[in-house]
Amino acid sequence: MKKELRLTVNGQPYELYVKPNSLLVEVLRNDLGLTGTKRGCESSSCGICTVILNGMAVKSCSMLALQADGAEVVTVEGLANGGKLHPLQKAFLDYGAYQCGFCTAGMLTSAKAFLDETPKPTEEQMREAIDGNICRCTGYNSIIRAMRAVVNGEYEETR
Amino acid sequence: MINDFEYFAPKTVKEALTLLDKYRDDYKIIAGGQSLLIIMRQGLIKPEHLIDIKGLSELNYIKFDAKKGLRVGALTTHRTIEKSPIIKKSFGVLAEMENRLASIQTRNWGSIGGNLCHGDPAGDPAPVLISLNSTLTIASINGERNMLVEDFFLDYFETALEHGELLTEIQVPTISPNTGAAYTKFNVIENDMATVGVAVSITLAPKGGHCKDLRIALANGAPRSMRAKQAEELLRGKKITDHLLKEAGEIASAEADPISDIHASAEYRQELLKILVNRVGKEALSRAKKP
Repeated sequence: MKKELRLTVNGQPYELYVKPNSLLVEVLRNDLGLTGTKRGCESSSCGICTVILNGMAVKSCSMLALQADGAEVVTVEGLANGGKLHPLQKAFLDYGAYQCGFCTAGMLTSAKAFLDETPKPTEEQMREAIDGNICRCTGYNSIIRAMRAVVNGEYEETR
Repeated sequence: MINDFEYFAPKTVKEALTLLDKYRDDYKIIAGGQSLLIIMRQGLIKPEHLIDIKGLSELNYIKFDAKKGLRVGALTTHRTIEKSPIIKKSFGVLAEMENRLASIQTRNWGSIGGNLCHGDPAGDPAPVLISLNSTLTIASINGERNMLVEDFFLDYFETALEHGELLTEIQVPTISPNTGAAYTKFNVIENDMATVGVAVSITLAPKGGHCKDLRIALANGAPRSMRAKQAEELLRGKKITDHLLKEAGEIASAEADPISDIHASAEYRQELLKILVNRVGKEALSRAKKP
């Protein structure tokens, strides 16, 4: 029996009916068409499905959709403002912080949630910020360089 | 594939306990689901009824006073504990342990109560709580009972929680003066479960400096979180030396009964325990000596 789910995603309120065994990642991708959030390991290990829920980075594959009832969710699609990329997105482009791009959405949301919480992190903390996100291509350093550039103010927040 | 189940989201503890009593033969409780959804997704368990307690805000709290000690609601997230100023100040080892537990994402949503009730012998909170002589409160429609955390674990993924029962609170007594507590775990990738983990708490006598009391607890040293009591016996009442700590490591290692699995052999786990009991013991001792 489907249950009502009300949530806000990227500033847009939604009201839908979902099966209780639906995962948040399924609702985001299949019901709302927001396919920026990826599915990877299917075992809660890789972090590729990371979204921001009420300001916290969470793994959307490891949460029942109904637990997001009443929540504000931000996915990778919600980072840009109109046509303007988020500073992290610009930095990722400039610093080559992606190759195949498959981990990138999760990296961006993890990084954003972390920097919103800790705007001036130490080196150690920046690495900790993404230790729940696996990348097979970059070796992580370009991602850290991009984050560091944002932290150092190279990308003025222009929203 | 997660099975179809009937879903309930009670708003109060009383409502939850009524549901647990009603469906006592076939339900599972979901809090953060960071352990439960993994096994449900693999089809290892298929409960008919799922009782979602994540919304029970009355179980989300951290309270401390010097007399009663620390009281943590079962639904407090790992991340809240990790960041709590009260806990960082007076129960620092808990914050340190939480910092190494899984990943930020898991810590943001998973609860300490859910972690304990999952009963994974590799779990980080259990040995630390055991080393601090912690207790739990378990509620049911019939009332409440309390028990030591160290008695809560029976076997692999099997706890003393009965049908119809809900873990509501974890209590940690105020740490005595001249006590040092530390925890570490060995893992290959940061974020992994412990290959093994060791928690040690040492209380020294005020002037003599001998060990008044201590606890050594192991993660993944056995089918359940365990205390290395023989190793404790060696050190209790004595002046702790490097030599004694080394010996304690050897005894703890022999006392333990770890499994061999894809991550490590039993022999390797025993070797790790030998070294880590020594190392963590040294750290706890040094913390106990600090003014």
